[in-house]
Amino acid sequence: MTRVLIPSGALGLGYDPTALERGLAAKPDIIAIDGGSTDSGPSYLGRGVSKYSRASTKAEWRGLIEAREKTGVPLVIGTAGTCGAGSAVDWLVGITEEILSELGLSAKVAVLKSDQPNKRVAEALTSGRISPLYPAPEISADLIAECSNIVALAGAEQIATAIETGADIIIAGRTTDTAIIAALPLMRGDKAGAAWHGAKIGECGALCTTNPQTGVILVDFDAEGFTITPMAEDSHATPHTVSAHMLYENSDPFILFEPGGHLDVTASAYAALDERQVRVTGSEWVPSDRYTVKLEGARRAGYQSVLLTLLRDRHYVENADAWCADIQQKCRAKAMDRLGLSAEDFDLELRIIGRNATLGPLENRANGAVELGVAGIVTAASPERVEEIAKMLNPYLLHHSLTAEEAMPTFAFPFSPAEVERGEIFEFCLNHVMELNDPMEAFDLKVMNLPHA
Amino acid sequence: MPELGSIVEKVRSKNAGPFWLTVDIFCGSMEAFERVSKGVSTERVATLFQTDAAQLKRFDIPSLNVVKFSLPRPQVQGTRFDRDMHGAAWGALVEEMDVN
Repeated sequence: MTRVLIPSGALGLGYDPTALERGLAAKPDIIAIDGGSTDSGPSYLGRGVSKYSRASTKAEWRGLIEAREKTGVPLVIGTAGTCGAGSAVDWLVGITEEILSELGLSAKVAVLKSDQPNKRVAEALTSGRISPLYPAPEISADLIAECSNIVALAGAEQIATAIETGADIIIAGRTTDTAIIAALPLMRGDKAGAAWHGAKIGECGALCTTNPQTGVILVDFDAEGFTITPMAEDSHATPHTVSAHMLYENSDPFILFEPGGHLDVTASAYAALDERQVRVTGSEWVPSDRYTVKLEGARRAGYQSVLLTLLRDRHYVENADAWCADIQQKCRAKAMDRLGLSAEDFDLELRIIGRNATLGPLENRANGAVELGVAGIVTAASPERVEEIAKMLNPYLLHHSLTAEEAMPTFAFPFSPAEVERGEIFEFCLNHVMELNDPMEAFDLKVMNLPHA
Repeated sequence: MPELGSIVEKVRSKNAGPFWLTVDIFCGSMEAFERVSKGVSTERVATLFQTDAAQLKRFDIPSLNVVKFSLPRPQVQGTRFDRDMHGAAWGALVEEMDVN
């Protein structure tokens, strides 16, 4: 039997300290928490940074380091710093060292990095070891070279290697959400299907219970199945809340692909042990012939600035489409003329907020608005070019009149300057897997004592 | 004909990774599940997303009273053309469709 304590769905989301104490009293074998996801978009991987505040991360991580100290069991975090790129891992290693120093503690820390040098990925592409998933963008050596960061999602094998070092704290770069939870049960011979299924159910902490905000849950794994127990007193796991979690952010609620195989929960049975605990059996793990890891890459996609103007004049609210179309045409022509650009050298979009800004061409409802926002979005290859075009757009968004006959209008700018620089932007450009001969060959594991002497 | 959202408990739309969108219709009762399962064709949902029915994965799950649709994201998450980073707003299209 293996007992895994999961403090919350992600470091930075908070957890209930009383529930955590209850979890520690239950004597877990490991404490596992996720540190990230792609869900906040490509910028974090592109820049290799965390989305959460450093102070929040430090406060929550300190609580877990103290918890670990009380129990003496390993503490593992996967996808450190939101994106799991090396720089984000180093960021959390730095925070860890700071906390240990402040607490007067020392710890053996294993650092697992998932970064993939562009050259390695390009070579794997040439040698036919990269396969597309569906839907996958077209890739080439050139596109791979445009990525600022590429990571591979580590599975249970790489986490197990880190655990085997005897480390107190394991800080991992990009991993699958489940790997950090499944690794120890798999190492100890618990049922593989249960290990992966329990890990999937537990990866978002108490999201699989009636009270998601409490965070903390305990998952017990054994030879037949797994049991979910929420640690907050007012939180309950029911067969419905547990089985429904397979729907969450999953395109297929019955099959989950992982490095080395897939989980099949088609025949799983969910039973209430009492009002709070759920027992799950019948989950199957199907090993694959090839060992593959999924890749994530963020490609550099230029620079961007955004402007916002507000239309409150009824005449302009009613004619916003024509107004925007006219500005786009005139401002584009001006940018091409004054900067010597061709139409492909930049993008200028006016997005009407209050009509179809969310769904775009899929919007099928219409209503009369009192006011409309217009976001001007300028994208080009260099920050200087973006700045120039955004400054050309500014006077149009402030004063452009629908016809030459009418008096010059002035619209509401909520900010000065009206242009907001978004800096460099990125795009996810890989939905591919890479085949490995040895699970560790594309990952880097280092063990250190922190704080450094 | 009522809107789907008025007869079910909740419609949730989310990213399933940067390349997929998944829409979960929590019907809340067996009766509502039957109505949604029989009354909402995959073709109608595909039309809402201006795509082909062949692009949609559909799961009718009576044990949860859930009907789930997954499809390649209308735009890859976070590209210049994407308007909804977490994919949470697209569910409104399903919530507002008529159901028999």
